[in-house]
Amino acid sequence: MSTMFHALWAYRGFVLGSVKREFQLKYRNSLLGAAWTVLNPLAMIVVYTVIFAEVMKARLPGVDTTFAYSIYLCAGALTWGLFSEIVGRAQNIFLEHANLIKKLAFPRMTLPVIVILSAGLNFAIIFGLFLLFLMLTDSFPGWSLLAMIPVLIIQVAFSVGLGVTLGVLNVFFRDVGQFFGIFLQFWFWLTPIVYPASVLPESLQSVLPRWNPMAPIIAAYQGIFVTGQWPDWSTLKMPAVVALVFCAFGLRLFRRRAGEMVDEL
Amino acid sequence: MGTVRVEGLGKAYKQYPTRWARLAEWVLPFASTRPALHWVLRDISFHVAPGEAVGIIGINGAGKSTLLKIITGTTQPTTGHVELTGSVAAMLELGMGFHADFTGRQNVFMAGQLLGLGLGEISQLMPQIEAFAEIGEYIDQPVRVYSSGMQMRLAFSVATARRPDILIVDEALSVGDAYFQHKSFDRIRQFRKSGTTLLIVSHDKQAIQGICDRAILLDGGRLAKEGQPEAVMDFYNALLADRQNQTVQQRALDDGRVATVSGTGEATIVEVRLLNARGEEVEVVDVGELVALEVKVCANVRIPRMVVGYMIKDRLGQTIYGTNTHHLENPLHDLEKDERASFLFHFRAALGPGTYSIAVALHSTDSHLVNNYEWRDMALVFNMVNISQPTFVGNAWLPPSVEVRRA
Repeated sequence: MSTMFHALWAYRGFVLGSVKREFQLKYRNSLLGAAWTVLNPLAMIVVYTVIFAEVMKARLPGVDTTFAYSIYLCAGALTWGLFSEIVGRAQNIFLEHANLIKKLAFPRMTLPVIVILSAGLNFAIIFGLFLLFLMLTDSFPGWSLLAMIPVLIIQVAFSVGLGVTLGVLNVFFRDVGQFFGIFLQFWFWLTPIVYPASVLPESLQSVLPRWNPMAPIIAAYQGIFVTGQWPDWSTLKMPAVVALVFCAFGLRLFRRRAGEMVDEL
Repeated sequence: MGTVRVEGLGKAYKQYPTRWARLAEWVLPFASTRPALHWVLRDISFHVAPGEAVGIIGINGAGKSTLLKIITGTTQPTTGHVELTGSVAAMLELGMGFHADFTGRQNVFMAGQLLGLGLGEISQLMPQIEAFAEIGEYIDQPVRVYSSGMQMRLAFSVATARRPDILIVDEALSVGDAYFQHKSFDRIRQFRKSGTTLLIVSHDKQAIQGICDRAILLDGGRLAKEGQPEAVMDFYNALLADRQNQTVQQRALDDGRVATVSGTGEATIVEVRLLNARGEEVEVVDVGELVALEVKVCANVRIPRMVVGYMIKDRLGQTIYGTNTHHLENPLHDLEKDERASFLFHFRAALGPGTYSIAVALHSTDSHLVNNYEWRDMALVFNMVNISQPTFVGNAWLPPSVEVRRA
């Protein structure tokens, strides 16, 4: 374990350089450059806001400010975006860098770290804008914003544990990648992000947070940003445990199969 | 210091009958479906001492690259283990981690970091890398506009920017133009002089014999031969020659060198002699003397077409000159069984002083790769001495006439 962190530290230059390069690469030959990082999720938010809040007249029960629904949507959609970016990229990370893995001896664990950091960078940009929007509309949540940090840690740990697990499996069984793409769509709609949890039937409302680790995480963000309340920590116990389990399992799977993985790439 | 110790190394790839079989093996740990193992390397053991240079040769698919990958640590061995001491630089493929859209300079940083160098270190090495690659202004252009030769120059310069204790090279040297090949070889020689241990895979005979102290021949994933580069190279050539029905023998000569004889035996070399102008057999030849190489052969079966070739090699085993009766447009047709023939090659011994050997081969076409009847390395050894010519150095005798003018 400590040798792994040691190796990661020794290759920090490579990790940071890769993150920087990935960021530059994305917008290298585009005129608007980094603006696209913002424009993509912005478009999604506008679409959902217009359709749900204006066309379908969706209102959040109990809150009745102009921007409440938009804030609710952003709190869930932006953080979900971070989750799906990390998992989605991590599950292909070994396949994507097959050539590098086969030809060069370097700590393989740098690859998922690069994914986390570069997804984190994208998230930081868009999230910074979101905070700006909150300040301008005078709906800044105040001190409860600090509660976001532990929630974010749980979420990232869960994403990367799941992502690495899927990444290793995907090398041996390519179906995993295909399957998870579909699964992720169902998962998104089975998590109260676009709609409030209260619109669900009673039975589902109690079942969902027990089986979907993302539901309590997203709910915590929504609570922080919409009403400025501190999360109910007991609801986050399950996601935290699941995150730890996936991290441990992913790491073990990676260690046991790393050698075989190179043969398979 | 750089040492390599390979002990009982073996590598097998798993082969599953169906895609589901792997899943079964994973989820049912006690199920009886074991994958078939496909062995590509077996029982490889050797040591490389600090500062030694070892060449690995073998035909395509012999397992050379797999062996290097295991030594560098990208691939895990199935059996045995590898121990390395000292820093390692591996050039299994040049230009790894280069990205076409970034400039040469940015790519140098990236590739350097991938090799585990720090930013400060790379900045420090940058001028030297730039100077060695000699690609001028292009260093600040995106790599996509580079020629493949330029990419290789830059990649080689980065990979060898810092002298490692162990340098592992996989056929990467046959890149670039002749000028850069020379330059890269020089760098590797310099590394050797400063004590770098070298492990190199190459098909290039000159490279192996010119740099290596020892060579290892892999054949079908096993270590087939280990020893002096020249002897191993000869053995390899013999193996290469039409692999059907051939015997390969090696015997040690008095001076410790090894002579290799191989071939189908359909025709044999009876005698090889070097004669002077008076027809007397000689072992010592004066520079510039007229000599004749006599090769007596005997056909053991009916031979439709026979070509006799010879190669004169210097003391390092580098070929100085070679030709055959196919190229000389003088092949012999339709030899009956037990028929004998002799070939005489007259030439002027325009060679520098030193020891030379002659390899002789009998085959049917322009090269020994088809129908190799007999191939005999070190069929003859002779000495060149300079008795009658003005002093000179080198392997070739190129006597000039001198003109000197005072301005």
